[in-house]
Amino acid sequence: MAHFEKAKSLNEWLDQRIGINTLKKVMQSEYWIPKNINFLWAMGMVLAATFGILLVSGIFLLMYYNPSTDLAFDSVNYTIMTEVGYGWLWRHIHGVGASLVFLIIYIHMFTGIYYGSYKKGRELIWISGMLLFVLFSAEAFSGYMLPWGQMSYWAGMVITNLFSGGSLHADGLVEWIRGDYVPAQAFLSRFFMLHVLLMPLAIIGAIVFHFGTLRLPHVNNQDGKEIDFEESARLWKEGTTESRRKSEVIPFSPVFLSKDVFVMGVYFILFFYLVFYHFEFAMDPVNFDPANGLKTPTHIYPEWYFLWSYEILRPFPTDPGLVAFAIAQVIFFTLPFLDMSPNVAPANKRGAFHIWFWLMLIDMLVLTFMGKLPPEGIWSTIGLVAAITFFVLWISLPIITKLEKKL
Amino acid sequence: MSSRRDFMGMALGGFTALGGIGALMAMKKTWDPLPSVKAAGFTTIDLKDAQENVLVTEKWRGKPIFVLKQSKEMVEKAKKSDELKRLINIGDEYYMVAVGLCTHLGCIPGYDSSKQGFLCACHGGQYDGTAMVTKAPPPRGLDIPPFKIDGTKLVLGEEGPEYKKMLADGTTMKV
Ligand code: HEM
Ligand code: FES
Repeated sequence: MAHFEKAKSLNEWLDQRIGINTLKKVMQSEYWIPKNINFLWAMGMVLAATFGILLVSGIFLLMYYNPSTDLAFDSVNYTIMTEVGYGWLWRHIHGVGASLVFLIIYIHMFTGIYYGSYKKGRELIWISGMLLFVLFSAEAFSGYMLPWGQMSYWAGMVITNLFSGGSLHADGLVEWIRGDYVPAQAFLSRFFMLHVLLMPLAIIGAIVFHFGTLRLPHVNNQDGKEIDFEESARLWKEGTTESRRKSEVIPFSPVFLSKDVFVMGVYFILFFYLVFYHFEFAMDPVNFDPANGLKTPTHIYPEWYFLWSYEILRPFPTDPGLVAFAIAQVIFFTLPFLDMSPNVAPANKRGAFHIWFWLMLIDMLVLTFMGKLPPEGIWSTIGLVAAITFFVLWISLPIITKLEKKL
Repeated sequence: MSSRRDFMGMALGGFTALGGIGALMAMKKTWDPLPSVKAAGFTTIDLKDAQENVLVTEKWRGKPIFVLKQSKEMVEKAKKSDELKRLINIGDEYYMVAVGLCTHLGCIPGYDSSKQGFLCACHGGQYDGTAMVTKAPPPRGLDIPPFKIDGTKLVLGEEGPEYKKMLADGTTMKV
């Protein structure tokens, strides 16, 4: 048996047993964050907080939700919305949270792209981040099935049909995923399982991994400068006003976290404003009709955050469309390897890459807007051009970054 | 095999892998459609009361089934475009019978009786009165469900000789 002294405080008692002081140092007081960053670096913790809110509101929704094709629609639209005390609140928080989490994910991603925070040791941060993006997409899709309205049903039909692989006709695979010829009870039950257990577990694991990948490379900064963390940490720990001013870093907790909390405060004002006054943007009116396998809604479109990739599928014939869609889903994973430039610097210092960045952002916005419009006339054409531009941009990326001058 | 320790490691690893494969197989099977789902598969529809150029929607295996009795004019058109083979012939009448799910991604196309054609609102695909595709993205006409002719009735789910012929000459594919 190991030797234990009688502890003089709870902290010491815990430290003897699980090394809590070491843990606090590694994860908080000696996890160094550069001073030279801006509010965009708070998006990561904003995401973590939003995930927490989704989890809590989800737990309360779960208390009355009924995963049966006969009862699901009413358990949400009648029981939770009108009978359960404050049931509407959890539902609106959950809907608004699911939508905003993607807005923040996109901001977080494009911040990373702008500052080059995905290379020279930060590749795994990017890859684990993309893994989170994919898992959140699966989580959002499976959750969208649960109210069993018209959009749930038909989105479920169309998206699972993607797995037939066009001319490959893997109809067996589609039926396997559904557990039936069409989305029905087996389908609803398994997507319920995915949404409330398997995906959240995987997301929590991926968040831990994402944080782990940040610890050694540390977060980037506004100039992409390579900081001497040891020297800066020494200056901070010296503790004088002078040395702390000279140090280029601050501890994650409590110093940086307090800045994060400020940004979160502003964010949550917006968040709850939407929850109370504008929740309808996160609730599709078509989904307030119960699922009907014999009637398709006039327009089927996904939630706004999937529109850009949906629009890449739409303008092409089936097979090329599927290939384009599949590539669009995974192409962002390859960013650290397609960017051949040795520079870690903000885009505005990187010449052609600066233009690439804004073109990519605008192209994805155009795709998003076109995805919502009916596929007719001029909209089809703009959609097609934007989809092709997306691929041209990715093909040109290795070339323009290869030609980039070393800073 | 250099030592007993290696042997034990490999034996343990082998049995673990075996158990893992078994577990994966069980998981795959658990996701399979249930036998009761697979077995429920036969629907009889009567074509006697169908009216020319009026779309009737039936249901088979949870999927919509389109039935469209062809007018003389539509039959002529089908003959010209060599699509008569897509129609089911009973006595003097011709019927289009097809699974009402777009072959692109499975939305239900809507029928416009004045244009005698279908439009899929999802991605703009179009079909003519025999449910042959006339505008992409759908890669082919609507699929024809397995059927057996029984007087003026059709048994969906059973493969009669007329259906087998359609399969054989590539008019439709298996659904
Ligand atoms: C819900 C999901 C996510 C959570 C909770 C999360 C959390 C965080 C946190 C706390 C940080 C450190 C602070 C910051 O720089 O913002 C961070 C950094 C980072 N994340 Fe995420 N993240 C998520 C999704 C993603 C996604 C989808 C990507 C992109 C593919 C991504 C890429 C990055 C990158 C590149 C950094 C480093 C930023 C830098 O070094 O300046 N993350 N993330
Ligand atoms: S599902 Fe009909 S055109 Fe795409």
